[in-house]
Amino acid sequence: MSSLTAVHGLWAVAADPVERIPAPHIEYAQLAPTLIVVGAAILAVLVEAFVPRTSRYYVQVFLSVAALASAFAAVVALAAGGYGSTKAHIAAMGAIAVDGPALFLQGVIILAAAVSVFTFAERRLDPAAHGNRVDSFAAQAASVPGSDSERAAVKAGFTTTEVFPLALFAVAGMLIFPAANDLLTLFVALEVFSLPLYLLCAVARRQRLMSQEAAVKYFLLGAFSSAFLLFGIALVYGYAGSVSYARIADVVDGTVTSVDPALAGTMGNDALLLIGGALILMGLLFKVGAVPFHMWTPDVYQGAPTPVTGFMAAATKVAAFGALLRLLYVVLPGLRWDWRPVMWGVAIVTMLAGAVIAVTQTDVKRLLAYSSIAHAGFILAGVIATSEEGVSSVLFYLLAYSFVTIGAFAVVTLVRDAGGEATHLSKWAGLGRRSPLTAAVFAVFLLAFAGIPLTSGFSGKFAVFKAAAEGGAGALVVVGVISSAIAAFFYIRVIVLMFFSEPKADGPTVTVPSPLTMTAIAVGVAVTVVLGVAPQYFLDLAGQASTFAR
Amino acid sequence: MSFPLLTATAAVPAVGAILTAAVPAARRTAAKWLALLFSLATLALAAVVAVRFEPGGDRYQLTESHAWIKDFGVRYELGVDGIGVALIALTALLIPFVIGAGWHDADPLETHSSRWRPTQGFFALILMVEAMVIISFEATDVFLFYIFFEAMLIPMYFLIGGFGDRAHTGTDENAAAQRSYAAVKFLLYNLAGGLIMLAAVIGLYVVAGSFSLQEITAARAAGTLDIATNTERLLFLGFFFAFAVKAPLWPLHTWLPNAMGEATAPVAVLITAVVDKVGTFAMLRFCLGLFPEASKWATPVVLVLALISIVYGALLAVGQRDIKRLVAYASISHFGFIILGIFAMTSQGQSGATLYMVNHGLSTAALMLVAGFLISRRGSRLIADYGGVQKAAPVLAGTFLIGGLATLSLPGLAPFVSEFLVLVGTFARYPVAGIVATLGIVLAALYTLVLYQRTMTGPVKDESIRTMPDLKFRELLVVTPLIVFLIGLGVYPKPLTEIVNPAVEHTMSDVKQHDPEPEVEAAK
Repeated sequence: MSSLTAVHGLWAVAADPVERIPAPHIEYAQLAPTLIVVGAAILAVLVEAFVPRTSRYYVQVFLSVAALASAFAAVVALAAGGYGSTKAHIAAMGAIAVDGPALFLQGVIILAAAVSVFTFAERRLDPAAHGNRVDSFAAQAASVPGSDSERAAVKAGFTTTEVFPLALFAVAGMLIFPAANDLLTLFVALEVFSLPLYLLCAVARRQRLMSQEAAVKYFLLGAFSSAFLLFGIALVYGYAGSVSYARIADVVDGTVTSVDPALAGTMGNDALLLIGGALILMGLLFKVGAVPFHMWTPDVYQGAPTPVTGFMAAATKVAAFGALLRLLYVVLPGLRWDWRPVMWGVAIVTMLAGAVIAVTQTDVKRLLAYSSIAHAGFILAGVIATSEEGVSSVLFYLLAYSFVTIGAFAVVTLVRDAGGEATHLSKWAGLGRRSPLTAAVFAVFLLAFAGIPLTSGFSGKFAVFKAAAEGGAGALVVVGVISSAIAAFFYIRVIVLMFFSEPKADGPTVTVPSPLTMTAIAVGVAVTVVLGVAPQYFLDLAGQASTFAR
Repeated sequence: MSFPLLTATAAVPAVGAILTAAVPAARRTAAKWLALLFSLATLALAAVVAVRFEPGGDRYQLTESHAWIKDFGVRYELGVDGIGVALIALTALLIPFVIGAGWHDADPLETHSSRWRPTQGFFALILMVEAMVIISFEATDVFLFYIFFEAMLIPMYFLIGGFGDRAHTGTDENAAAQRSYAAVKFLLYNLAGGLIMLAAVIGLYVVAGSFSLQEITAARAAGTLDIATNTERLLFLGFFFAFAVKAPLWPLHTWLPNAMGEATAPVAVLITAVVDKVGTFAMLRFCLGLFPEASKWATPVVLVLALISIVYGALLAVGQRDIKRLVAYASISHFGFIILGIFAMTSQGQSGATLYMVNHGLSTAALMLVAGFLISRRGSRLIADYGGVQKAAPVLAGTFLIGGLATLSLPGLAPFVSEFLVLVGTFARYPVAGIVATLGIVLAALYTLVLYQRTMTGPVKDESIRTMPDLKFRELLVVTPLIVFLIGLGVYPKPLTEIVNPAVEHTMSDVKQHDPEPEVEAAK
């Protein structure tokens, strides 16, 4: 009988293949933001291949900005069409969620990326080499630092315009990451945005060895975290018999009893779920930059070209927290009594370690790196709240944080001496005396990081702490305010240095940037002030966007 | 809708700050006059507030209420009681003098680059502080209060760290380092206090579901809002810690001598006479109003700390060699009196404490500003560098003496009334505390009179003092009104007590306290 069906089955497959492999049903309109960015990225690769070298830069900048603008328009259209609330559902055969948190975070990522592209395109800061305007990226990434080939490339006026398609691919991955609704999509999205970022880190024009070192570190540690994630996915599949979020959640809740015969030995085995879930969490916490998975952050932030650092610090964090939220709130809410204590520990260690280690830093970029770790801790406090307020506060915090971050790194690109950007803190002494406006803008960003009232940082911090306190995590709030006090110390120290120290004779100068970087900084300041003084509209937006589709 | 008077009182200096900051580098003098003009406009508005306020009327008057951040449950709610009116009037009154006294304190040196505009910054920051202080006296929403309570640290920090005494600026690296140390210490102490308070503010919201002072007080009085004893105590401690740093109360006071010593005299006045008052004001309004039971629970400890402040501050003032640090320690002693009066939980004590806040502002301003004029003439803050000044500059010495006598609460000058009330109020309930506090008066006589004797009397110390010019017209213009107020309120304090007493009665009923028998008639 069995052999008969097997033979018969063979014939049946040949006779009627359509029934066995249904054509996937893809809602193209609802995936438009991602598709636009992917399409533009592919187009940008073709631009690299076919457009003459001299006009590539302009075409690439235009293409990137246009793509991001239309992607943002698509997000707004979807949100206006009710996909953020009433029509929220899972698109693309259960692979991608189109719901409030996804759309909100996609909007933030696209805007942050657009502002970052402005800083990528800046060509007025570095002195012109052989009459060619240059940006922050190596003339030819493939040439060995210090070699003849490098000198030739510089002389010929080459520029690495590949950064624009790379950034677009990264954005595409980031757009899917917080929307991914099964573990495989999650993993693919992670790789799609990580690989371009590894490359982007390696292409600094100045201090190329440091930049390449940063890229290698980032790649190696990133590969480790991917491996953890993948291992975790395999274990969870063994537990649930599916990679779909909804299905896993059902199995966790115990509402699914039918057992896949192939997995009969493992399904429902709690050990697999706990270990697998922990490994997946580790992979995500790595991207978030939470202690103890934060080791890569300072080196990579310092070595990467500063515009890339800003982009990475803002957009990666948004995407990774989005994915973390969805995992914890959609897949593992039934397990919260197990993950909450662990996340408590991670949040406390992250807040304290970030703030304490930052105190000893002497490099602006490393300082901001540790500060980003501390902020990851604050955001985790909101994640732990496990309530709608928790989600909306995290969304709001990410919005506030990303623009401050990009703005702050954009200011870092302006302060230069003969060796390029002067990132050592001692060189920033007296900057307020020489360039009061630049120093004042940076001070605004620092005050926002420190969470001083009337800045976006305060609104965000208040939102997550309030959510955490209401969620019963009062102790986390206390640790949070203590680390805020420690963190305030080093932000203030930079302000002291800028305003109260006498400038040194051989100090750096502030280069006047093109309108591109100015826009990035102005957007940062505007968002900081508006979210600080009148955050209600954006809090509403985040509040409406705080329900996950399942 | 009526004219938003309270908003205007805070908005005028804020607008003035922005305009002043925008004045081009070359038009320095215009910036000064602009700042003065706006501070006088604020004073006029504050006078209107005082006139429109009816002492016998509602508890909070001239109220405004608008939705602000719905998600946080925050409303833009303003309203003043008598205590608030008195302190707004004090703030608005002192700022023009601060500006006048600091007229030349922030003129740029030749070494500065042409884009550095210290003068504009100095006066803009003063106005910004004024705006934020006034709005914190007006806010009846805890969150709104907190925002400005914290935000005012930033302009204050730049005022302390960015502008030192003329005698020390520019060349002296050491002085710059000390100043920056003082500014950072100021900020970290206050920021830490504020952040602890933030945790308590969030906790309050979680417990009470509202930030509105009036709602919470009403709900607590009606018994509809019950806060567990331990929670209330923790929240009280969170709030009190921030206010005790700001006030400052021993042992959280150590930032004050640094800040006042390194800042210019007008900024020192701003710190101690204006900004620190927010701390004691908030103890009355928020600690007692929101957490009456916990306040009573904490009273013994607070009283002991206040007594230590009184005696310790006075003892250290006696030992100071630096004029400005001496005034700072004297202020710590006086803040001890204010906190003693607040937590004695008698109506005389609390009326006295409120009057004390106003009078201490006036007397310290007079003493400190004249001390600043003196220091700017000789270029030294050390008492030992002076002697026989009254022979060369009799008017300066005379005004200095009146400021000093006001500080030691000489009868006939305003501080006497308030100090007397505080002592009477304390004595009625805690006789021992009253007796210990009296020590502070004796010590005050010691440190002020010794200060006067060493600097002003005796043989002329050296040539620079023999040729010391007397007070100039601008300086006289700053000091004379202050002295007039000190004498006026000393002889006739009734207008002030009339405004303050009803508010104190409300606070007393918040904490469900009655004056112990036999009643001691408040000075009317």
